[in-house]
Amino acid sequence: MTDTAHPSGPSGKKNTADIVAASLKRRRRKQARLQWIGLGAISIAFVMLFILVASLLSTGWHAFTQTHLTLDVYVDPEEIREEKLPRGGFDDALGASLGAILPDADMEDRKTRKAVEGILSNGAQFELRDLVEADPSLIGQTITMTVPVSDPYDQLNKGLIKRDTPEENRRVKDREIAWFDALKEQGAISKPFNWALFTNADSRFPELAGLKGALVGSFWALLTCFLVSFPLGIGAAIYLEEFAPKNKLSDFIEVNINNLAAVPSVVFGLLALAVFIGWFGLPRSAPFVGGLTLALMTMPTIIIATRAALKAVPPSIREAALGIGASKQQMIFHHVLPLAAPGILTGTIIGLAQALGETAPLLLIGMNAFITSAASSPFESATALPTQIFIWADSPERGFVSRTSAAILVLLGFLVMMNAIAIYLRQKFERKW
Amino acid sequence: MTALPFVLLAVAVIAGYTINRMAAKSIRDGGSRLHSMASYHGMFSALVILVPVLTFILLWLLLQGTVIDRLVMGALPDGALEGLDSGGVQLVLSEIKSISRGQVFGTPESWKLEAAEHHAALQTKAGWLLVASVAVISLLLLGFARSRVAAEFRARQGVEGIVSGLMIFCSTVAIFTTIGIIVSLSYETLRFLDRVPLYEFLFGLNWEPQIPLREDQVAAEGAFGWIPVILGTIVITVIALVVAVPVGLFSAIYLNEFAPRKLRAVVKPLLEILAGVPTVVYGFFAILVVAPAIRSFGQSIGLDVAPNTALAAGSVMGIMLIPFISSFADDALSAVPRALRDGALGLGATRGEMMTTVLFPAALPGIVGGVLLAVSRAIGETMIVVMAAGLIAKMTINPLDSVTTVTVQIVTLLIGDTSFDNPKTLAAFALGMMLFLVTLMINIFALRIVRKYREAYD
Repeated sequence: MTDTAHPSGPSGKKNTADIVAASLKRRRRKQARLQWIGLGAISIAFVMLFILVASLLSTGWHAFTQTHLTLDVYVDPEEIREEKLPRGGFDDALGASLGAILPDADMEDRKTRKAVEGILSNGAQFELRDLVEADPSLIGQTITMTVPVSDPYDQLNKGLIKRDTPEENRRVKDREIAWFDALKEQGAISKPFNWALFTNADSRFPELAGLKGALVGSFWALLTCFLVSFPLGIGAAIYLEEFAPKNKLSDFIEVNINNLAAVPSVVFGLLALAVFIGWFGLPRSAPFVGGLTLALMTMPTIIIATRAALKAVPPSIREAALGIGASKQQMIFHHVLPLAAPGILTGTIIGLAQALGETAPLLLIGMNAFITSAASSPFESATALPTQIFIWADSPERGFVSRTSAAILVLLGFLVMMNAIAIYLRQKFERKW
Repeated sequence: MTALPFVLLAVAVIAGYTINRMAAKSIRDGGSRLHSMASYHGMFSALVILVPVLTFILLWLLLQGTVIDRLVMGALPDGALEGLDSGGVQLVLSEIKSISRGQVFGTPESWKLEAAEHHAALQTKAGWLLVASVAVISLLLLGFARSRVAAEFRARQGVEGIVSGLMIFCSTVAIFTTIGIIVSLSYETLRFLDRVPLYEFLFGLNWEPQIPLREDQVAAEGAFGWIPVILGTIVITVIALVVAVPVGLFSAIYLNEFAPRKLRAVVKPLLEILAGVPTVVYGFFAILVVAPAIRSFGQSIGLDVAPNTALAAGSVMGIMLIPFISSFADDALSAVPRALRDGALGLGATRGEMMTTVLFPAALPGIVGGVLLAVSRAIGETMIVVMAAGLIAKMTINPLDSVTTVTVQIVTLLIGDTSFDNPKTLAAFALGMMLFLVTLMINIFALRIVRKYREAYD
């Protein structure tokens, strides 16, 4: 018996067990190799995630502070006259006051005067103008103002412009560094938290540019998106899950929804441009149009999530409701839907988070315009957070690099918050049947 | 002013609900037995008013602008628009509109001022007309709904009928969206093909989308052959897959078979973070970190690397696709029946052998489906390439060179000037049509593979 089972025979070479035993080591090694490659692949993904976050944080945190200069400004009646307001030589008044406290700044020299005025942000003169316009009695007095410095000095103060670069390659010259150091010694330089990042709208000057316009635009767009896609999505999901007869039409609708979920976002932008703007004549760059476009993209997500949530409600609930005489719609709207609500809300929030990060369709409908005030209605031109990131990433000024990273951090912050709310809702209200 | 019709509607709806409910209640209190509960009588009235009036208001607001524009332009004095093309007419119209909003630049001609006045007057008139019609229709519907209140009126069935009609409408929105995409893209594409022959578009080797600004301009004739554009798309897609497929696949294999449960519970959500990062962030990452790194590395070993190399855009896109492929592969591996797994292990295979010789081949169709979906994502991905890839179409497959993609061309052609009657703008729609068709075909193909495979083990 054993002889036939082992063709090699007892007299011959090794039996199968030995062969297997001998190969085991090699085979185990092979398995270990596979495991190591797998671990390696995961670490590559994580290293990339880490580099992504680290590079954003390392460039972005600079933009959360802004260098300010505290200055006693003499509102010179020679330059600023009450009867001429709001016109006046506000920049000259600021420059003169600044020149007075700088060492060896010859304000008679045109070039020097320009350089001195260049220390202050371009927005400083308008801040002074607004102050004086609100209270003309300030003319002739000396007022203390804290204003942002212009971008090169901000970069210098944050160490982003290296002092050891040769002068000809540096945006801040030696003389200007000396001025800045003198101001610093006088204690005039401060670096507070950059509230302007959230309270200012876009600007050509990095030190003045903020996200208010983009945040407001994104808010209007998301609101529109929610108001349109939430009822439509839930209505469609309830119908398809609970009422639709099994026929060609229902199948066709389902195939359509699945395909829409996979259509490239830029195609939705083309649709919006041709239909909403080209045919219906809705305004360009308006968050309302952006919201409508995003709604079409979010709807499949909401439908799929709602259907899953409806499916998860056990049949006993339905049967109990029907059993005591509820109509089918009463059963769904009074019993099934409330039980499915946490799942629906979770899916909706995740869909809206995706919509918040969507850029391409908004570019096509013109939400990348340069707009310096926040929209007060969804029909006014505005930018959105992701398109603002795109605009700033395209801007050549150095200061916009850290602004872009900061804007991305704000966007990611919102996304994390929305997803956290979704996870919290799911864990808090999810029922196991 | 725009809010007024909606306020009226809300008032009418609330009034309808209350009136009918009260009426039904008083019938019940009078001793009759109601067929439906009183609140259903109220709901019936509310819905009967809400649905038609809301539709009416929305349609009105949608069409009002176009109709007023037509009326204003039609009433212009003869000869005012003589010699203007459609772009010029648009300019005149927008100038009239901005004057009627009170933004006057310079000194416009007197007929423009008159037209602006006409425009403003029409707008006020239209606004009041809308309010009046909303009021009249609401009142009529209110009366109609009230007249239906009776003990035997089946209000619940009425409400449920309206609600299910609304739900059917909701689910057809998906169809309308698809139809909208197809119709709008093919309409503009056909207009494009009027100007550029189909043969040149499909097989031309030059992509220089420019149009002569003046009639007599020399050497500004554009070329619209999409081959170099699709070639660039393919180059970047291949680079992305070279990065994403091995990394995604091996992490899925590890997570599915070898990872301790605790590690898996941590790693999977972290990978999902990569999938949730908006693509504009990846685009910025590509230009901030990856492109300079590749460029300086290339220069250090003596290679000539373009500043917006296809390698940077492609590899960042690959990072974006890693979680996509890994979760798809993970699902496919998990869907292989337990029996195959146990059978292989029972025959003495190591877990590694079981994975490579049994599980992986069995899951292959699902994995291929996932990779195909990733391909269609990569082709349709926009922001990464818009920010990190080039603008000029080149016939090259050198990953260190700069290439352009279909989506980059769509976005760059449409940013800024968009009048709908020059080949430059229309070319974007033609590219969009091709993009839609290609991704649709890949998606259908991929889903079919996935489905077929699932059926095999059921």
